[in-house]
Amino acid sequence: MSKTLVVYLMAEPETPELAQAAVEGGADVVEIGIPFSDPLADGPVIRRAAERALARGMRTRACLDVLAHTRALLPQTPLIPMTYASIFEAYGWERLDTDARAAGATSLIVADLPAGERPELRRVQLVAPTSTDERIRLAGEQTDGWLYLVTVAGTTGARGDLSPALPGLVERARRLTTMPLYAGFGISTPEHARAATELADGIVVGSRVLLAAEEGTTALRDYVRSLRGALDARAA
Amino acid sequence: MSAFGDYGGRYVPETLIPALDELERGWREAQADDAFHRELHELATTYAGRPTPLTLAERFAPGKRIYLKREDLLHTGAHKLNNALGQAVLARRLGKHRIVAETGAGQHGVASATVCARFGLECVVYMGEEDMRRQKPNVERMRLLGAEVRGVDFGTKTLKEATSEAIRDWITNVETTHYLIGSCVGPAPYPELVAELQSVIGREAREQFLAVEGRLPEAVIACVGGGSNAIGIFHGFLEDAEVRLVGVEAAGAASLGSGRTAVLHGARSSVLADEDGQIADAHSISAGLDYPGVGPEHAFLRDTGRAEYRTATDDDALAAFRDLARSEGIIPALEPAHALARARDLDAELILVGLSGRGDKDLAEALAALGFA
Repeated sequence: MSKTLVVYLMAEPETPELAQAAVEGGADVVEIGIPFSDPLADGPVIRRAAERALARGMRTRACLDVLAHTRALLPQTPLIPMTYASIFEAYGWERLDTDARAAGATSLIVADLPAGERPELRRVQLVAPTSTDERIRLAGEQTDGWLYLVTVAGTTGARGDLSPALPGLVERARRLTTMPLYAGFGISTPEHARAATELADGIVVGSRVLLAAEEGTTALRDYVRSLRGALDARAA
Repeated sequence: MSAFGDYGGRYVPETLIPALDELERGWREAQADDAFHRELHELATTYAGRPTPLTLAERFAPGKRIYLKREDLLHTGAHKLNNALGQAVLARRLGKHRIVAETGAGQHGVASATVCARFGLECVVYMGEEDMRRQKPNVERMRLLGAEVRGVDFGTKTLKEATSEAIRDWITNVETTHYLIGSCVGPAPYPELVAELQSVIGREAREQFLAVEGRLPEAVIACVGGGSNAIGIFHGFLEDAEVRLVGVEAAGAASLGSGRTAVLHGARSSVLADEDGQIADAHSISAGLDYPGVGPEHAFLRDTGRAEYRTATDDDALAAFRDLARSEGIIPALEPAHALARARDLDAELILVGLSGRGDKDLAEALAALGFA
């Protein structure tokens, strides 16, 4: 079975075209970051991207417009806004859920809203190497479509090696849930992608995708294609 | 629902949830353990300098009876040590040998470095580069005490970003590290835990006040940044409905006075934020109050009406700073100078003020602002 490639882009005016390039390069799912001023789960690359987006006026409504434009360009691709609780708190939890889905979102990710909190908000849940079996089971029950495996204790950002915690986390999650498992945080190279999908059903790539996106659609398409190639070579 | 109505909670990445569960269990066990309380009492009396005295400030406010609860006389010069000692003992019970902390004015950083030196724990303190500049003596103290001070060079370069970086460090090193948060903010159980460790201020002050005046004060007043010294002194009087509780925020950092409900650093509280939920920048001459958030219990006390919150400007605080030095021979920190400023014009005569720390760290900044330099 083909492995799923999820990429993360920060919501900015260029995002619809960038998302299209990523899909042309072989991305299956696009996360669209709604920037927050104090993103606790994020390392320097995504934090700086959020600062830049905010400086360009990318507030929640503008991000929903970007989401809608992306949906217009990519009618079939799952699009998942990813943000923080304070954005929901200000906009209204139900209202943002409704408006995001109306703009084309297929699910949501809230980085600082752990499983068990606000179960009525359907979203992709995250589990980490520190999660207990009980919490992995809960996250599996509450998650929307797939489970996001945070491969490291740490923030988002590229790392030299794939986390040694991934095999243990995948092994536990397989026992506790039947949901597809996509691994993220610290995955940036085709080698990481190949190794991670020996175990998991897909990968999420964020910080390194943002760096490629800064160089434009061609660079992003080529970079995503290199990840796609690694996933498909593995399957062949 | 948390202990503070809709405020509080645990708005943190999943990685930290098991650590918060472990901390909460460890805290409940410690609370129920006489040995923990004996150890804290021993440290408080033989190391920290408790109980701190109550001083009548007659010349500072003629016509009133203003008493100062002298946390400035505590070891390291501020109330922060009460919390740092308690959490260090707790960290050892949890088997953590590395401490990470954030600091604004540097007082909590110094208290953290101090307890880590005392217990042989590794200590990393995150501090905004703007605060490192304006609170240089505290940076030097932390380094002398053996702590590593890591400057934070993005955003406002103050307490907000230092706190975010400390939490990111904790996420990364959670197996070995205890996050020694400095105020009654952050995800549960921190606000409650810090309030309990600081409530020694209020318990002592209440007893001392009754002994000297034979009655309770009309009002208890303290400065509020994150709010730990205020919550500590308020806790001594929460059940005394006739005692007014007054918190004083910096006018440019009035999370309670001008904030809205938002989520910052793991808790839902009253925060300086815009209509989109983006956290705003705070501005205060006092690095310790220069923070856009506040502990969730203060938001709860504001909403229930049990406490009232006012503001003092930089100029109000500087005037009170100078006046307390000249009238009483006590140089307060700029943070409690905000409380002193509002205590003078409060419509009450018998007042207890939380003098949360001493002002040595502020001399360069305050003297320049007052035109001495």
